[in-house]
Formats: sequence, C-alpha cells, structure tokens
Amino acid sequence: MAETVKSSSHTKSTRYSLSGVRGQSYLLKGITTILLAAGAAVIMIPFLYLLSTSVKDRDQLRQSPPPLIPMAAATVNINGQSEPLYRVTADGQQSEMALVKNRPGGKGLFVDPNNPKQTYELVIAEQTLVKHLEIHWENYPQALQKMNFNRLLVNTLLVTFLGMAGMLLSCSMVAYGFSRFRAPGLNVLFILLLSTIMLPSQVRLLPTYVLFTKIGWVDTLLPLIVPQFFANAYDVFLLRQFFMTIPLELDDAAKIDGASPFQTLMYVIIPQARPALVAVAVFHFLYAWNDFYEPLIYLHSPEHWTLAVGLQTFNALYAVNTNFIMAASVILVLPPIILYFLAQRIFTQGVVFTGVKG
Amino acid sequence: MQTTRTHPRLSLSKREALWAYIFISPWLIGFIIFTVGPMLASLYFSFTDYDIVSSPRWVGLSNYINLVHDQLFWHALGITFKFALVALPLNLVISYLIAVLLNQNIAGRNLWRTVYFLPSVIAGVAVALLWVRIFDPKFGILNPFLEKLGIQGPGWLSDPHWALSALVIMSLWSVGGNIILYLAGLQGVPTDLYDAAKVDGATTWQRFWHVTLPMTTPVIFFNLVLGMIATFQYFTEVYVITNGTGNPARSTLFYNLYLYQNAFRYFHMGYASTMAWVLFIIVLGFTLLIFRSSDAWVFYEGQLRGR
Repeated sequence: MAETVKSSSHTKSTRYSLSGVRGQSYLLKGITTILLAAGAAVIMIPFLYLLSTSVKDRDQLRQSPPPLIPMAAATVNINGQSEPLYRVTADGQQSEMALVKNRPGGKGLFVDPNNPKQTYELVIAEQTLVKHLEIHWENYPQALQKMNFNRLLVNTLLVTFLGMAGMLLSCSMVAYGFSRFRAPGLNVLFILLLSTIMLPSQVRLLPTYVLFTKIGWVDTLLPLIVPQFFANAYDVFLLRQFFMTIPLELDDAAKIDGASPFQTLMYVIIPQARPALVAVAVFHFLYAWNDFYEPLIYLHSPEHWTLAVGLQTFNALYAVNTNFIMAASVILVLPPIILYFLAQRIFTQGVVFTGVKG
Repeated sequence: MQTTRTHPRLSLSKREALWAYIFISPWLIGFIIFTVGPMLASLYFSFTDYDIVSSPRWVGLSNYINLVHDQLFWHALGITFKFALVALPLNLVISYLIAVLLNQNIAGRNLWRTVYFLPSVIAGVAVALLWVRIFDPKFGILNPFLEKLGIQGPGWLSDPHWALSALVIMSLWSVGGNIILYLAGLQGVPTDLYDAAKVDGATTWQRFWHVTLPMTTPVIFFNLVLGMIATFQYFTEVYVITNGTGNPARSTLFYNLYLYQNAFRYFHMGYASTMAWVLFIIVLGFTLLIFRSSDAWVFYEGQLRGR
C-alpha cells in the first residue's frame, strides 16, 4: 500500500494550480475563495452556537430563533417592577421607554423611566426592544461541579496518558522489529498486522469484555489502558514507514560502537523519529480523549467514568439545561482544539499521512 | 570460557530473527490475547446461549436461524445500508472537492485548512450533543435559517422520516479527516505531469480529469475502504443522541447499536456474537469487493512504470 513517508514540508512546486491563463486564474481564485469562505462559515456557525448557548441563562435559552450572540432584553425598574425597555418614537421624538402594560389591539402602555407618571399608548410592534450583551460565565463552574468534572478529568488523563505511554513504547518496538530485521514469517505477520486495521472491533470486543469480567477488571480503568501496551496496527504501520526513511548507516555506526539493538532503538531511531512519534502521540490523545464505546461498556460506577461517558450521562439527566450541557461540551472540546492549534503542522502538512499514497 | 561463548553461537541470521521476534513480541502477544483468541471465542459464542454469569450452552445454529427471523436485525441492517449508501459517497465527494479547493494557491490557504480540519479533531459525544441542539425545531439554528429561505424545516431528530438525514448532515460537518488524506494525495501528484499536460494544450478541466483524479485514486480507495468499515461500526453519535434507544420509532437503530443492546442491555452474548460475525462477514465481503474492483479504477503510478 505504501512506499514513502516524506518528513514534513513538500516543496512549493508540487502544488498545482487549476489555472493557466492570467485572467482566468483570477476568476478561478475568486470563485475558489468564495466557495471556501461559504463552507468555512457553515463549519464555524455550530461552534459559535455552542459557545453562545453555553453562556446563556434560562430566559435567553427560550429565545426562538436563538441569537448567535447571547443577548438579553434590557429592563428597568418601574415602581418596584422590572419592565422591558423599548426604543420608541413618541410625539415624533425617539427615546427609551419601559413597557408597563399590554393593551388590546397590539398596543401597550409605555412610560419614560425618568418620568413614570406620564404614559404613552403605542403599537408594540412598531417599537424595538432594547437588547444588550448578557454573558453568564457562571454556567461553567456550575456545570463542571454538577458533572463531577475533576474526578472525571483525572480518569480521562490517566487513560489518555498511560495509554499513550504504552502505545508509544510498544509501537516503537514493534515498528523497529518490522523495519530493521529479517526473519522467517515476518512479512506474513506484517500483512496480518495490517489486515487487523480492517477488522470490525465487534468480533473481538465481546470475548474481551468477558475476559476482563472474569479477571475483575470491569469497572476499572485497566481495560482501557493495558491493551495499549500491546501495540496497534495503525500506529505501528505509520512508525514503520517513518523508520524505513532513517538511513541504515546510523544503525551500523551504533552497532560498530557496540550498541545492542535496544540501545540502537533508544538512542538512534527514536531521536530520529521524533516527528512521527509526536504525530502518533497527538492522534492517540485525540482518540483516547474522544473515545466513547469502550469507556461506556467498561466503566459502570460514576467515579470511574471518563469525561466522554460523564458528559453523555450528564446530558441524559439534565437535557433541559442546554446551557450547562453546552458549557461542559465546550470544556470537553477545548483540549483537542488547543492541541490542534499547537500541533497544526502535523495535520496540515501531513508528516505521516503521505505514507498512505500508493 | 568456552561455555560462555556458546551462547552467541547462534548464526547471524538466527540471531537477527530472534531480535525481530523479541521486538514484535508486544504485538504478537496482544494479537493472540486480544484478536485471535477473542475471535475464536466469539465464533464459539455465536453457537451458544451465553449471559456471562452462567457458562455458555451449545445451541448449534439456532442463533443464526433466529437472526434470519429477527425483523429488527433486518431493520437495523437496512438502516445501516441506507446510511452507508448516502453518507459515504457524499462524504467522499464533498471532502474531495474541498481538498481540491484547499490545494489551490489562494490567499489565506492555511487559515481555510485550519477551519476545515477543526471539526474532525473533536468528533464524539460533545459534537453529538451540539447537533441535537442545532436540529431542535424551535430553539435550534437550522430551521430558523431554512425558514428564511422559505423552507419549512422538519422535526429532524424527532421525526422518524428525517432522523437519518439529520445524521447524514451531521456526519458531513466532520469531513476534515478525509480532507487531510486527500490533500496529502493531491500534493503528491508530480508537477511534471501537469507541465506535460499543459504543453499538450489540456484545459483546466482536462488536467483535473486526466491527471489529478487518476493520480489520487489510491487515496480515494483508502478513504472508501476505511469509510465503509467505519460506517458499519457507526455508534457513538447515535447512542448519545438517542440515549441508546435508536428512536424515534427505531429509525436510527443502527446495526452496531442493536448489537450493543443485545450484548450489554440484555446480555445475550451468544446472539450478539452471532451479529458480530455476520457484521464481520459483511464487512469482509465489501472490502474484498472494493479490492477486486480496484483494478478497474485505482491507478498506481508504479504500474505504469512496470509496463
């Protein structure tokens, strides 16, 4: 399937432009930009909605259609009552007045907050409600407390980073074995390894669950961590592709200096393969952080949940509190997004993805 | 003195083989414990009645026979196929087109890439919960938008006729993963092919059709195979959205969700194992079919050189 892995940047010249002629080129670029911008808006609007919903209070949640910026109606205190404020046109003059009473025919009684004695009867639909930005950051601490965030965060971090350590350790070893040695049957085993990428996990999931039940690991974090120490096909494949680009001369030099294969792996291969190791570590973080199926089946008691399972259950219990659910969701998506921005080159320049090309 | 020397007396090639097996042993052991063993066990379970608590009871083919007569099985299979037939091609085509656009030499290209990849890094529970709100007919943002275009939006996730379409729309939001792979493929197309095409007077469209597309078929193939396998295992989003029910009116009871219900709600491990093996055989069949067909449409540069 794969032959080459190019480390990081491609040369500019490999990029190809759809256009040859100058005028046509500008037109095409213009159309491309417009299309991309439209698509980008479609992608960003749900994020905006997520953010804005997370800082709304109950009243703001009832606005339909929901404004993308969390606005709330401004109110003023008239005779001890909180009344909505409108920008009105009365006697040909614009001013801000409070609506104190509804009248038949879509009309209402308005008063000037500075002079509550004088009332004006105006058509409500012709006046505009005064709105101002209203952000409820307090949703965040409330939501986090309700879903027992700290505990779930610790569990998630344990699963993510212990699993990552196991994955890096085992996959480096296995990838080294497959890229640097010759042995009977090794090629067949490598093909077997690759074919497990296409294996639907269900055929092995149920007996594995039974196994973990029998040894008492269900409802602990172990079933999510320990298997990572036994390598996985995808990361082994990517690392092996990268290891094969590291010159053999380096291995030979280490061997002449008396290094054992383990030492060669530790002090020659791994330092050289840092970009690839960082990439698989980043992908592992995203996978483990977002994983839902296995935490769902293995973790039963609330104190053992990961954040993904906790958020799902939190939603099942408090679905009406959309603002809390969205606040918790923002917190849950924040680490992957931050990581994404920090490690952007891995995604956009395809450090390891080029291994896929035929 | 002599005895200590006998240890490394293994021939060089044997020693190399030994090291190879030492290094791949983590995977080899894991392969036996977590893949081969469980696969054989689930094959065995599929012929038994098993609830974990009591030991498996051999029932022969009856799980398979029950499966054939299980209307929900066919229903779930149908839903999964329907979803795969719509979502998979849409995902492949849209992500390919976006990748082609993102590969142009335009201003702010890195910014656009950043935006398009963003949803794919957060896939999972939070995304599903967000889209539940977006699809809400009253407080969501989709229907008010459609209303502005003069379209009366459906109830989406609460409407059995529309719930599946809603899931398709949701899946399109996260096409970033495919785009990354396509971009890598597009960037790997050698420039001299475009130069040659230009010299021959090929138009933009001809260059796309005769150079870009054939040269990127290996990536399309890769995305198709992995996308197909992922679609048959679709679970998290629908579990989160429906709280594991597959409602409304079981219109989103995907195969994998029904399998989950059998295994972990009713603890019918035997029956669920039967479902797992049937799924495996279906996926295997489609994988082989796609691999077979690849000779006709997947173009490898190396083959050209070989001719």
